[in-house]
Amino acid sequence: MSNKMTGAQAVLESLKREGVDVVFGLPGGVLLPLYDAIYQSDLHHILVRHEQGAAHMADGYARATGKVGVCIATSGPGATNLVTGIANAYMDSVPMVAITGQVNTWLIGKDAFQEADITGITLPITKHNYLLRSAKDITRVFREAFYIARTGRPGPVLIDLPRDVTVDEVEFTWPEVSLPGYHPSFKAHEMQIKKAAKALMEAERPVIYVGGGVKYAAAHRELYSLATKINAPVTTTLMGIGCFPEDHPLSLGMLGMHGTKYANYAIQESDLILAVGARFDDRVTGKISSFAPRAKIVHIDVDPAEVGKNVRVDIPVVGDAKNALEGLEKEVSPKPKGAWNEKIDGWRKDHPLTYIPDMTIIKPQYVIEKLCELAPDAIITTEVGQNQMWAAQFFVHKDPQKFISSGGLGTMGYGFPAAIGAKMGRPECEVIDIAGDGSFLMNSQELATAVVNDIPVKIAILNNGCLGMVRQWQELFFEKRYSATILGRTSPDFVKLAEAYGAVGLRATKPSEVEPVIRAALATDRPTLMDFIVNPAEKVSPMVPAGATISEILELEWCDEGHIGHLEKHYSDQRKAIFGEEGC
Amino acid sequence: MRHTIAVIVENKSGVLTRIAGLFSRRSFNIDGLSVGATDNPEYSRMTITVEGDDEVLEQVIKQLSKLINVIRVTELVPAESVERELAVIKVTADKDSRSEIMQIVNIFRAKIIDVSARSMIIEVTGDEEKINAIVQLLRQFGIKEMARTGKVSMIRGARVIKA
Repeated sequence: MSNKMTGAQAVLESLKREGVDVVFGLPGGVLLPLYDAIYQSDLHHILVRHEQGAAHMADGYARATGKVGVCIATSGPGATNLVTGIANAYMDSVPMVAITGQVNTWLIGKDAFQEADITGITLPITKHNYLLRSAKDITRVFREAFYIARTGRPGPVLIDLPRDVTVDEVEFTWPEVSLPGYHPSFKAHEMQIKKAAKALMEAERPVIYVGGGVKYAAAHRELYSLATKINAPVTTTLMGIGCFPEDHPLSLGMLGMHGTKYANYAIQESDLILAVGARFDDRVTGKISSFAPRAKIVHIDVDPAEVGKNVRVDIPVVGDAKNALEGLEKEVSPKPKGAWNEKIDGWRKDHPLTYIPDMTIIKPQYVIEKLCELAPDAIITTEVGQNQMWAAQFFVHKDPQKFISSGGLGTMGYGFPAAIGAKMGRPECEVIDIAGDGSFLMNSQELATAVVNDIPVKIAILNNGCLGMVRQWQELFFEKRYSATILGRTSPDFVKLAEAYGAVGLRATKPSEVEPVIRAALATDRPTLMDFIVNPAEKVSPMVPAGATISEILELEWCDEGHIGHLEKHYSDQRKAIFGEEGC
Repeated sequence: MRHTIAVIVENKSGVLTRIAGLFSRRSFNIDGLSVGATDNPEYSRMTITVEGDDEVLEQVIKQLSKLINVIRVTELVPAESVERELAVIKVTADKDSRSEIMQIVNIFRAKIIDVSARSMIIEVTGDEEKINAIVQLLRQFGIKEMARTGKVSMIRGARVIKA
């Protein structure tokens, strides 16, 4: 029997064999043959309203499920619109396959209509990429792409698909992956594990520093066993949030620029740091020369290039986090709590994460606390900036696949499409995008996608009428010159915006309205936007100023009255413009 | 410090771009690069000269190894390897200077591969220092044009670097 099919059909058959159940995309001229095949297949395709949304949806889907996310865009502008989403996935090591249309092979290089050299453009932001030149390579390339995307340190892989390649007939085969230049590390060296275990046992002030690698390796249980066996405190990066339950007495929460004071103090005082699947990013280490000055560093990472890249490492352990932590747990003997745990508990008591509650104006932190109280098991996605930091700080995270945020690239506009992707992957979960009024507008067009496809995600906008994080830096370091950060009356009425798309829009302007709005949102099975009008003067605290040592972490002083008045004026102007006099 | 590395790569389009792109993106300083076939047509061999301390070299090797098309990366320690570079040099040469230039060419075991009434092309092979030395000597006659290959390098003895 002949297995002859078109290239487009071979693409779909390859996706099916890789277990792909949903793709996010937007068609275009060169993709007509592929979309014609999709029309005739049972592949679930979610039509987006901007290709950037498709990339973030595939990314959110991948982070929520652990599977490879897939997005599709046409040649030229479609492909370049994916770029931010691909870069985002690359920085956060997200397994993704991006499929782009390309002009016919004989037109490549001729500056044809909607031609862009997308493999050239995405070279530095993909784990690998392919330009297919023949239909007979389709199955091999797709199989390799999925394999590369999900193994070792995961990452995005792009496949550029010229139009004629999707039209040509091909005999379907499913070749084994053979990549002579790709050997992802897996099993950690036993000798190194033994050395690491010995160092852990000898340490008096150990800290386990956990990043996204633990999440991708699904090693959170092994982490829990190890940490609780030796009573070592655990701090996570933004990417590692949820890998260790934050309500556990050994949890230090997040470290770094907006981490907890006690996590940063613990790192600086520690005599041993066990870094697992984390990469000593500048937002974590602060001033690198004075980072953890007394600590021996054990670094477990699946990517050998991360070991020794930013800090000197005493005991490198190259391997999969699950495998390494399991080995480590077997090598160590139980240790009781001691003076180190007491010291940390003292810091925790003296410097808790906190904010000043307010009875008249909504504090953004209060909204997060209420969301956590009313939807503790929800998947939280975030935009980028203050909303993201408050979501990291004030929601109690317990599940690594339930906190989804753009860490490395810091992409505003990420959270909402990522929420849609997450909801497609985990429909049984409540999914809430914690957003800012600035970020949300960057991909708000995906409200149409959520409504049309009936994907009931919830959006909580912490509406402070400004680009809050940048405004905060201007307040602290640029003498309150608010250059281009006050959005004021330029923002739309978000409730009406939601309604215009056919979604539900709700608003809270007073603290007493927060809970009823959240309850109402959780009670609907439609996409719902909650617009929380919050204090514009609120800052993310504590904070390590850029370039400072992480123990020089500041509790930010409350604003002087005059300053609040200044912001309030912008703010009330904005509210008047939207809600009329009574909204103030 | 200068380091020489041999990189065996898949002989596919775009591989050179990937490697050059990696060097510029990670701010590694590339001093020299030569590419050519190996005995196996599926693979090419690059010899790359990198400027940097041992930590930079370690990162260069690790980052190169991450590229899917890179099969093997090996540092070539100068004391344990032979290095060669080729240069062709066009010098001003008339009847007065021709014989003197030929003497220099003989001393360096170089070759004259083209002669005209007013010029000569000299081909010279050797390590970098040797080529620098002949270039220095030929300057007095006037160098009109020069092309150098960048070095290729191989470990002495029976050890091999193969895919």
